[in-house]
Amino acid sequence: MTTDPRITAPQNGQRNRGPWTGWDAPRERWLLSGFPRDGRERAMLLELAARIVFPTVLVLSIYLLFAGHDRAGGGFSGGLVAGQAFALRYLAGGRMDDSAIISLRPPVLIGLGLTIATLTGFVPLMFGNELLESAIYKIGVPLLGQIKFVTSIVLDIGVYLLIIGVVLDLLRTLGSGVEADAAAAERGQA
Amino acid sequence: MSAFVLVHLLVALALPAVARRNTRAAFAIAAVPPAAALTWVLARSGSVLSGDAVVEQIPWAPLLGLEFTFRLDALALLMTLLVAGIGVLVLVYSIGYFQPGSGDARRSAPLLLAFAGAMFGLVLADDLLTVYVFWELTTICSFLLVGQAGISRESRRSALQALMITTMGGLAMLLGFVVLGEAAGTYRISEIIDEPPGGAQLAVAATLILVGALTKSAQMPFHNWLPTAMVAPTPISAYLHAASMVKAGIFLVARLGPVFVGVPQWWVPTLVFGLFTMVVGGWRALHETDLKKLLAYGTVSQLGFLMVLVGQGTYAAALAGAAMLLAHGMFKATLFLVVGAVDHQAGTRDVRELSGLGRRMPALAIIALLAAASMAGLPPMLGFLGKEAAFGAFLGTGGGGLLVDFVLVLGSVFTVAYSARLLWGAFGDKPGVHPTAAKPPNALLLVPAAVPAFAGVVLGVGYPLTDELAGSYAAVFGAGADAPHLELWHGFELPLLFSVLAVAAGLWAHAARARLTAVRNRLPKLLDAQRGYERMMALLERTAVGVTGRTQVGSLPTYLAIILLTVLAVPGSVLLYHAHIPDDMRLYHNLLQVPLAVLVIIAAIAAVRAKRRLTAVLVVGVIGYGIGGLFIVDGGPDVALAQFLVETLTMVAFVFVLRRLPTRFTKGDAARSLRWPKLALSVAGGVVIALAAVLFSAARQRPPDVSADFIAQSEKGAGATNVVNAILVDFRAFDTVGEISVLAVAATGVASLVLASRFDRRRRSTRGAAAVASAEKPGAVLSGNGHRHEEVQE
Repeated sequence: MTTDPRITAPQNGQRNRGPWTGWDAPRERWLLSGFPRDGRERAMLLELAARIVFPTVLVLSIYLLFAGHDRAGGGFSGGLVAGQAFALRYLAGGRMDDSAIISLRPPVLIGLGLTIATLTGFVPLMFGNELLESAIYKIGVPLLGQIKFVTSIVLDIGVYLLIIGVVLDLLRTLGSGVEADAAAAERGQA
Repeated sequence: MSAFVLVHLLVALALPAVARRNTRAAFAIAAVPPAAALTWVLARSGSVLSGDAVVEQIPWAPLLGLEFTFRLDALALLMTLLVAGIGVLVLVYSIGYFQPGSGDARRSAPLLLAFAGAMFGLVLADDLLTVYVFWELTTICSFLLVGQAGISRESRRSALQALMITTMGGLAMLLGFVVLGEAAGTYRISEIIDEPPGGAQLAVAATLILVGALTKSAQMPFHNWLPTAMVAPTPISAYLHAASMVKAGIFLVARLGPVFVGVPQWWVPTLVFGLFTMVVGGWRALHETDLKKLLAYGTVSQLGFLMVLVGQGTYAAALAGAAMLLAHGMFKATLFLVVGAVDHQAGTRDVRELSGLGRRMPALAIIALLAAASMAGLPPMLGFLGKEAAFGAFLGTGGGGLLVDFVLVLGSVFTVAYSARLLWGAFGDKPGVHPTAAKPPNALLLVPAAVPAFAGVVLGVGYPLTDELAGSYAAVFGAGADAPHLELWHGFELPLLFSVLAVAAGLWAHAARARLTAVRNRLPKLLDAQRGYERMMALLERTAVGVTGRTQVGSLPTYLAIILLTVLAVPGSVLLYHAHIPDDMRLYHNLLQVPLAVLVIIAAIAAVRAKRRLTAVLVVGVIGYGIGGLFIVDGGPDVALAQFLVETLTMVAFVFVLRRLPTRFTKGDAARSLRWPKLALSVAGGVVIALAAVLFSAARQRPPDVSADFIAQSEKGAGATNVVNAILVDFRAFDTVGEISVLAVAATGVASLVLASRFDRRRRSTRGAAAVASAEKPGAVLSGNGHRHEEVQE
């Protein structure tokens, strides 16, 4: 991570730290990517929390996706939780950098989700079954015991991706879109 | 047969990948499926002409009785010769015509093939709804092929005009199909022909179907889309707007002719519109200076002629009609391809600029001469056979028949005149015009134009073959004892006299064209179909703007008020009428409900009293969480989870938007005066919804069977112990797919709107801010509270 030139790590031996009141002001970007918010107040606690919580929430969302079959959860809830992880990340770190490691444009994600959900519906037709019919497979795995795989989970994955896409689209339009708008208006008035 | 149609469409789908690299290869590949289809059909022609139709049926939606039915009979064979035969020629011609790698070529290759497939499906279809599907597919292909890149306003307008007029007719036709199919009890054309229904329904169906046929085949006054569609590249005009697509209307009339024999709503319009179109189209063709426009009006005229012949429902007229259908496809395709070659080599197709090309391109001139001779009806061409038979078909039916023949001769005079004008205009030496510099076209342009021209000669000289082809279609009307035949020599009879008259008068008309044009310019312009169309479109647009402006006022309170009033009026009044408060109502059934309800009520009151927008949003969020809490108490963790998540996300979205809105609610004077009505409406709306909630939840007496069934099935059938999830992804998975589709559409729509309005504003601001460009530096530092500044100013 230190090789990433976008992160301006504090140089060793740098003594000039300015007045002591600013010592605890963050000097490096806490989040992996994202634009610095010029002059805007940064909430260090929020950034730090977002950085710690973000992956955890994503894992939770995947848990919800798979747990949905037997407990509360499902693709819709899982997608919303993951989306809110991104929302938190956006609130803390500003709009996402296009050069982020994984950069998926929201419309692509929405389309991907819809495609997966729709196509899985047609797969049973190829085996002579009804549209959207699901099948149950049980696989014995050493150490883990028996794992139940229900094909309808694929539909749920489609829903999951689509919901994430919708939330990211929201962040892109109402979030950074409105922000860029405000910046443009500011420049126009200046 | 269905396989051929499918192969056309599939290859067309794959073709863009080829066209991107090599357009010439793409056209060559595109020519293969029609060639295969033509070979296959020709191989079966022997048995088909002897009356053995090849039938194929594919169930589509059997529950609805929908199926694709294909049937290769004599008429289909005749049309396939045109559709597939000329299709191959046009595609080969396109290799030489289009600039390699140009955008037009890249677009046209797959579209032309798709069109050929749709047209092939149309002529083979034996089911009214199958006909409709392919009919509209051809319209769409035509729209795309005429519009091309849509860069020029003219191409856009022409493409749209063709689309508007033909789909309008197509919709009427669909209605007619439904009337006919329901009256007959079947949509199979061959079955309807065997047992045609009768009565008023038949008359209604005839009228509606004719609207479709007349618009598609460019009969006056719906003809105007055809000349304007000539902005398309010439091979496309040759194929779609001369040889095949515009024949679809003629084909349909020919196909359904046996059903409507003797129905006046069928034969009178075809006769009247046809004759009128033939004469007026020919008259207008005579005055055009653009060779392509000349041919277009010539096509309109000939389509009128064909309409007269196929609409009559007699053996003789059908025989002439089939012969003319074949003849017209051949000579008109040739002439379009010739004009395309002239345009391609000389760079112009204006009669006033071309001169002396006959000497430079003798081969092309001979080809054009053969085709024009067929068009003018000179022996021994195919066109002569058709025209003689046509004149003969109306003799012996009394004074009316003679009158029809008189109009047909008048139309033929114009046909001869514009044929001569075409030859003279393209190839003649004109005094005072500098000889056009042009090289002769290469074989790729020459051969495809030559094939149908020579076919016209062969089918004319080999008239017994033509007679068999056309006669086997006409046989559906019953040949009778002394059935007429197509022959080159009938003896000295009236039709021959008519032909001689037409040729002589036509040549005179060509010689006297300048005087005729002067006469035309003096005639008052009574009706102009093009202007009529434009006025109608303008009226439509004005009405649309007016209606939208009045209903979409852009005020959120107004929309809300309309929605609430509707709720009060429709379900609300019924609800009050049937209101029946259940007796066993309890205040609560779980103690936890009480604090949650109190919380929700307090939050609701606070939302109304809030002065700041942010406060209002937060308080509304509290209401949502309170409702979520109630879900948990009632044992719905899934619903509660979704409720909490959606509520959170909604609040985040609200906060995003609130950044661009004033912090406090503003109240204008208008708002103050409307305060009481608003209050009354909101209270009434709230009461009705609350009442509905109570009544609806009390209406359920016991758990419905379906719930029990879901619960019983979820573990075994769907492999889920969570029945809510089992319903979502298995039992009602179709609903889920539908819902997420709606969600995707809505999200994309909202995002597009937001981004589009941003883009608009940005463009406006860059235009206005040219003077203050120095301030436009990207990444300009905002002042710390600039954000807030702006909120106040908005």
